[in-house]
Amino acid sequence: MTDRIIIWVPRDAAARSVGADAVAEAFAREAEARGLEVTIRRNGSRGLFWLEPLVEIATGGQRIGYGPVSPEDAAGILDEGGGHALCLGPVGEIGFLKRQQRVTFRRCGVIDPLDPEDYAAHGGWAGLERAAKMTPEAICEEVTRSGLRGRGGAGFPAGIKWTTVLEADGAQKYVCCNADEGDSGAFADRMIMEGDPFTVIEGMILAGFATGSTQGFIYIRSEYPDAISVMREAIAIARAGGFLGTDILGSGRDFDIILRRGAGAYICGEESSMLNSLEGKRGEVRAKPPIPALSGLFGEPTVVNNVLTLASVPMILSGEPGADGYKAIGLGRSAGTQPFQLAGNIRQGGLVELAFGVTLRELIEDFGGGTLSGRPVRAVQAGGPLGAYIPAHQFDTPMSYEALADIGAMLGHGGLTVFDDQVDMAKMAEFAFEFCAEESCGKCTPCRIGAVRGAETMAKIRRGENVEANLEIIGDLAELMRDGSLCAMGGLTPMPVMSAIEHFPEDFPGQASKEAAE
Amino acid sequence: MAYGETDTGGATRIGQICSRYNARPDALVEILIDVQAEFGCVSDAHAAQIAGRLNLSRAEVHGARSFYSDLSAEPKGRRCVKLCQAEACQAVGSDALKAAAEAALEVKLGGTGMPGEIWLEPVYCLGNCALAPAAMVDERLIGRASVDAIMAALEGGEHD
Repeated sequence: MTDRIIIWVPRDAAARSVGADAVAEAFAREAEARGLEVTIRRNGSRGLFWLEPLVEIATGGQRIGYGPVSPEDAAGILDEGGGHALCLGPVGEIGFLKRQQRVTFRRCGVIDPLDPEDYAAHGGWAGLERAAKMTPEAICEEVTRSGLRGRGGAGFPAGIKWTTVLEADGAQKYVCCNADEGDSGAFADRMIMEGDPFTVIEGMILAGFATGSTQGFIYIRSEYPDAISVMREAIAIARAGGFLGTDILGSGRDFDIILRRGAGAYICGEESSMLNSLEGKRGEVRAKPPIPALSGLFGEPTVVNNVLTLASVPMILSGEPGADGYKAIGLGRSAGTQPFQLAGNIRQGGLVELAFGVTLRELIEDFGGGTLSGRPVRAVQAGGPLGAYIPAHQFDTPMSYEALADIGAMLGHGGLTVFDDQVDMAKMAEFAFEFCAEESCGKCTPCRIGAVRGAETMAKIRRGENVEANLEIIGDLAELMRDGSLCAMGGLTPMPVMSAIEHFPEDFPGQASKEAAE
Repeated sequence: MAYGETDTGGATRIGQICSRYNARPDALVEILIDVQAEFGCVSDAHAAQIAGRLNLSRAEVHGARSFYSDLSAEPKGRRCVKLCQAEACQAVGSDALKAAAEAALEVKLGGTGMPGEIWLEPVYCLGNCALAPAAMVDERLIGRASVDAIMAALEGGEHD
């Protein structure tokens, strides 16, 4: 008896955005016309987005990739197989994928995201099974030992946060998964929620076990309808399978998850805004202290972690790679791997999971293949709309929290947005203020008013009005926003602005002529 | 009860939506999203009904409604076209796409065109930054977006 041929077509939103559904239908139709016994299965994305829809045909234990496939290619691929022009060979051997260290994303694109057996067959639930027999203190200790830091942007050690929540007094503690991935250039949270949702659920349960919390919330932005529906279904499947609810895996511990949607507010990615939104309120930032670990959701001790942080925990607790194995990957205090996301004007855009320490140049050139336009790379914005614009002469900086901080930049959520030499950096600086004005929650004055004044002043500079004096105003404003804002929205908006002015003075006409005169 | 119904009526339906969340006040944003999806807006009358069901003040419901950009007090349009205006899309021509879409749909970004029909909305990141520029028609994401692809999606029916 021969195995049925399995044809994998991603259900990831990005793959669907370039026609994956029509491709899946075409394969089903053409296979039937040929009397071929095939099963069409939908996986997540491997993160090789320029090849989407990336179809994989599994025969004899191997998965052969084809991409980018259009519906018209289905017949030819079924007839010609490996001889087809779109054949990429075994998917795991594609250079972009082979050179990565997939730890957090090791199942993404491999399994059927909503098949719990597939998840279990690829190492899923192993961390939970082990942790079910451990004390909360021991779980916190292992996570601390792994060196895992928050992947949302701030990089706070996850185990220390969990220990704080464990030791805090509270009648009902909470675990909140922040899936409000609003940064332009970032899509890793979306990818893993759509491609491996059970790992996010497992991570949340582990956070619950570690801290004595029985109630979790996952807050997903409304711009991600596919992620919302996959996570919703995955939560129901996990509950039906006994992984959520009471006495999970005979541990005597309870945990459940409520999914909540965002409603189009970037600021709700800030943890205290998200907590207010989860309470049904305006998503305004809260002043800190108190920190959410002591007084978070409904005033109770609360773990707030990003999707990727929680998704990394199951592997740490499963013993593969385990806490020590995880710590051994990486660079200094930046332990483990980081999913970098190549975005914007890039030929081979997608997700690259690698140990910290890889340089920006390797990511942009070796993985990304340079710009989509074929023009030279001029700037890369690292870490989303609040991150610095990095010029070409700093592309050899190793990617780690510390090395980026040393050059006045930040890693944030790992998004890297590439611009070619057509970019107007003064326009990008103005946009940074405009974005802040649009998305500020309005709670604190430096952010609410500063963003508007910044945009006005930058517009004057772009029109060539009193450039020198206005740049001085921008400098003062940036200092005020950085030091006086309640949260990172106002506090970091100066980063893209000032990095643009510092590294690309030729785009700010008055300043360029001043330098030329010196 | 139907799209665009802004005054009285809808009370039963709103009661049902609130019940879906056990009328928990912390689920207010969820309830507002559902009401917006069903009626195309959260009118003052809707807000008052929600406040009554959740035992909140009307000011609290108004406060949440006015904070989130997905919510509106009046209907904006039957079909929604979102164009990403964030950095990654700017890097590959979202400005040109915006101009072309405005011309094709005869509406400025942020407004409603084709009387009451199509609402063109700026959005900041749809998570499709490796296949930018990105657009979304209702809930259907479009990668490497063009005006042709947007028009095709609009013709493709109201449901994804």
